[in-house]
Amino acid sequence: MSSSYFLTLAIGVVAIPAVILAWLFFGERVVRLLPNRRQEPVRAWVWLAFPVVLGGGVLLYPLVQTVVNSFQDKSSQGFVGLANFAWVFSPTVVPVLLNNLIWVVVLPAVTLLLGLVIAGLADRVRYEAVVRTVMILPMAISFSAAAVIWRLMYAYQPKGFAQTGTIDGIVNLLGGTPLAFLSDPKITTWALIAIGVWMSVGTGMLMLSAALKNVDASTLEAARLDGASELGAFWHVAIPQILPTITVVYTTQIIFSLKVFDIVYTMTNGAFNTDVIANRMYAELFRTQQFGHASAIAVLLLVAAIPIVIVNLRQFREERVVA
Amino acid sequence: MTETLRTPTAAVRPAAGTSAAGPTRVVPARRRRPGAARRIPLHVFLIAICAIWVVPLVGLIVYSLRTIADSAVSGWWHAFTAPLFTITNYTSAWTTGGIGQALGNSILIAVPTTVITITVCAIGAYTLARMKFRGRIVVLTIAVALLVVPPQLTLVPLLRVFNVLHLTGHIPGVWVYQVGFVVPFGIYLLFGFFRAFPDELIEAASLDGASVPRIFFSIVLPTATPILIALAIIQFMWSWNDLLIPLLFLGGGASVAPTTVQIAGLVQSTGGGLNLLTAAAIVSMIIPVIVTVVLQRYFVRGILGGAVKG
Repeated sequence: MSSSYFLTLAIGVVAIPAVILAWLFFGERVVRLLPNRRQEPVRAWVWLAFPVVLGGGVLLYPLVQTVVNSFQDKSSQGFVGLANFAWVFSPTVVPVLLNNLIWVVVLPAVTLLLGLVIAGLADRVRYEAVVRTVMILPMAISFSAAAVIWRLMYAYQPKGFAQTGTIDGIVNLLGGTPLAFLSDPKITTWALIAIGVWMSVGTGMLMLSAALKNVDASTLEAARLDGASELGAFWHVAIPQILPTITVVYTTQIIFSLKVFDIVYTMTNGAFNTDVIANRMYAELFRTQQFGHASAIAVLLLVAAIPIVIVNLRQFREERVVA
Repeated sequence: MTETLRTPTAAVRPAAGTSAAGPTRVVPARRRRPGAARRIPLHVFLIAICAIWVVPLVGLIVYSLRTIADSAVSGWWHAFTAPLFTITNYTSAWTTGGIGQALGNSILIAVPTTVITITVCAIGAYTLARMKFRGRIVVLTIAVALLVVPPQLTLVPLLRVFNVLHLTGHIPGVWVYQVGFVVPFGIYLLFGFFRAFPDELIEAASLDGASVPRIFFSIVLPTATPILIALAIIQFMWSWNDLLIPLLFLGGGASVAPTTVQIAGLVQSTGGGLNLLTAAAIVSMIIPVIVTVVLQRYFVRGILGGAVKG
């Protein structure tokens, strides 16, 4: 590690935050010179300078630019009308959309169900903290590392050869025929979705178990006194109370599935009928340099996410801004 | 949950039920214990689920400690019957795999990104939560809308801008991207906390003649520590584990590549053998796994993201 390494580190950790704070205190001196009623509005924009420039520069500006590009040709020169969107719904891309639809339908449902069951059951045992720690471990792992892990799980050799993959090792032990998880088009997407489930159940479980702890205990007790079974009390009393959390978990997972990229990119790069929208977009950008196509796909992704934005926005308004 | 998240005094403690169940926690007597025998399926299910979740990790660890010759001919579980362990994979990950340098680069990316993110998001969220100005609702609405923008959407226009500004190929360019990308989420996460901060405390300090920045830094921020740590962990994790942005904005040269880029590159260049890769993957996981496990209760708060409205 050279001295320039530590210099860069010091700039990032000390100098830049110091500059931002200095900006606030210096700005305050200028704001104080203004008449009283003008002070707060001006101060607000002084304070918002860094967040707005950074967030606006990294997200808002490219967003607008991409929408414009989606109506332009492959090198973002002349306008081509809706040609790029026609391409998005052409037979070359529709299979990718349908494949992504499998993700959107399957992953949130499985994650929610598993998360709910695990949260509900772990709530009843003393080693809940252990279960929770195990479930959140995959969240600490990068997709690069997860790709190595799952290559090991899914490694395949034809029947009769020594199996080195974990799952086919078990299949072999049980006398079955080993499956080519990462090269059989019939099952590869499902194998990738399983990785997605492994990585995201932890999030769902955490949120749901926090919500379950807040379920009014007396309502559960009342249900039991009325003769409801444990499952009945859970279903009819606890579930309705945690419905808002269920919505949050479900929508979060829908967004995750819509823009899933890393798993597909690192495991198959879209081969064997596993391509998804975000990976196809990456390919259009960097392999074929079709900026118009890539932008149209990005816009489609955004439009698909809009209903979820509206749900989030409504909650934000009702619960936060107005409150 | 709503109350816990909203009142700063309560928020200093971990949210109810999100902390590790310590001995001091009072468990409400809300369930009758059914017979122990009836609980067996429950334990079997939970232990099976935990096993399914850890087996991939155990496999990785065992594999990384086996010789190349052994791994080629038999599954990692054979190590339990014929143990022969080696650290060769780790030494070659360090020397030929360049994972040491990559680890340094990951730190150089993730630590400043985290510090700058907290600074910028705290200031932004406080402004939006506590100051009255024209355009406040517009900024808030845009911030929430930007929560769902996928990173791919930003790449082409930003690569052009970063090229013009000569930020590509340099680690500070990644700071800029990663901070900017998380600003909406950070504001979303912190907003509720600042919104709920008691007016009386701010008014009292204001009457004593404290300036607005002074009130923010010495009165409001100290009480926000838990939620700031939550944001810090989320950002650190994302920054550390991000592959796409460093890959595109740094260009993949070994002198600047973080562990994710280095490992992805090794996957492509080493073809068959996973031995060096498994060791590299484990080295890259150590810091985030420790952070997650040790700071779990803060991590949980961050995941909850103020989103739980029980």
